[in-house]
Amino acid sequence: MASYNTSEFRKGLKVQLDGDPYLMIECNFVKPGKGQALYKCKLRNLLRGTVIDRTYKSGDSIEAADVEEIEAQFLYRQQDQFVFMDNKTYEQYELSKEMVDEAWKYLKEGMICSMTLFNGNPISVSPPNHVVLKIEYCEPGVRGNTATNVTKPCRMETGAEILCPSFVEMGEYVKVDTRTGEYIERVKA
Amino acid sequence: MAVFSPDYLPTASWDTLRLRARLLGKVRQFFEVRGFLEVETPILSADTVVDRHIEPFAVPRETPSSADNPTQPLWLQTSPEFGMKRLLAAGATAIYQVTRAFRRGEQGPLHNPEFTIVEWYRVGDDMAAGVRLLSELCECLLGRGPAETIPYGEAFASRTGVDPHRATAAELARRARELGVEIPATLAADDRDGWLDLLLADRVQPSLGIGRPVIVYDFPASQAALARVRPGPPPVAERFELYASGIELANGYHELTDPAVLRQRHQANNAWRQRDGKRPLPENSRLLAAMEAGLPPATGAALGFDRVVMLAANAKDLREAMAFPIDRA
Repeated sequence: MASYNTSEFRKGLKVQLDGDPYLMIECNFVKPGKGQALYKCKLRNLLRGTVIDRTYKSGDSIEAADVEEIEAQFLYRQQDQFVFMDNKTYEQYELSKEMVDEAWKYLKEGMICSMTLFNGNPISVSPPNHVVLKIEYCEPGVRGNTATNVTKPCRMETGAEILCPSFVEMGEYVKVDTRTGEYIERVKA
Repeated sequence: MAVFSPDYLPTASWDTLRLRARLLGKVRQFFEVRGFLEVETPILSADTVVDRHIEPFAVPRETPSSADNPTQPLWLQTSPEFGMKRLLAAGATAIYQVTRAFRRGEQGPLHNPEFTIVEWYRVGDDMAAGVRLLSELCECLLGRGPAETIPYGEAFASRTGVDPHRATAAELARRARELGVEIPATLAADDRDGWLDLLLADRVQPSLGIGRPVIVYDFPASQAALARVRPGPPPVAERFELYASGIELANGYHELTDPAVLRQRHQANNAWRQRDGKRPLPENSRLLAAMEAGLPPATGAALGFDRVVMLAANAKDLREAMAFPIDRA
């Protein structure tokens, strides 16, 4: 099984510790001057949801988690359960809001997502890298504002709030990067 | 919430970049007024510091260097130490430099592989004089009051309950477990400095210099780097470090002048590097030649300028103190 070296550690890495799949949610590089470099990490158990602290020495490695990625279509949301279907096997998977994590902001019905299975069980789902969302509500833009990078929060059709440039208007469609939650550009509907 | 910032733009605000420029001016004025000469030494060199835990960037040579060393690369400096000490051997008495240092693999909220270092040396200073000078510079730049001083042994013992100069690796390991410190699985039982570093980073450093800055001095002899060792008991390295808000800002030495000792340390460091699975670094250097000829007694120190800017700007991440960190360099 492949493994990750400390130099590859980053938020979002999926690794295996004591037989369980973990998501690295934080990784801080700590180095007392001229001393040993340490990687102080927080990892979330993807099965139990518990978070542990682990410290690694520079050069250490962790086993990559044995996972399978499949294409799953988002069918619908029922309160805090998100229902997906594997388009090849027609198998349905119900994921909790906690497991869906940040992806809830970008899920539109019918969207084809990438789902991660660990030993056949879904443990996370990723929307496509970019999604086009409709701005359901935002403050009107102010003309004549010449400062660069002025942004305003906009509520999307999914309920998520994304910071967009001040010139966008309610009802318009914008492309968002689902990996960072950042506005990319305005698109025609 | 994510902030929309395309990566051609700087990560520091204009206010911080203006503050950075002002602090740079203060650094120069501080040293000029004290009669230091500003010098410039090569960033690219055939020589490099041989340290267990510092990785230099290698730059391939365009043409072979010599018959016996055709494949040795050039190195980006991890600090201007070697060049500046050669100037001391050549007759300099008080010199300073504002330059860039490069360290592979060092990236995080307090690290960028490329960073700005302010380094200075004054012939005739002992460690106490060096500590006073560093404290004055810190007060000049941060305005948080003159630094308090504390021996490493006391700072360490008061927070962990063990004497870092006398405890064995096993005793340090036991104490770390008792204190509930997160221990890397691969930390070898006999790696005494590794255990010291672990406890230092976890239990000591974060509480240093919270109100007034603190200068820790008299380091364990095994962590002397290029400092001279004062015989004990216990022997201690005449090395000192400045902390503010739990962050290490500067490192200084009452400089080692004996080339035989430096050769020994290089050999030991390379042995550790080999054990750690890292490439050995060239042990010879023009610095050693300068030391053979004679280095005058001096104390010097080096300051991480980006971190000073970060603290002065009340920022939480080094990225906020520089225009373009490595990921958008």
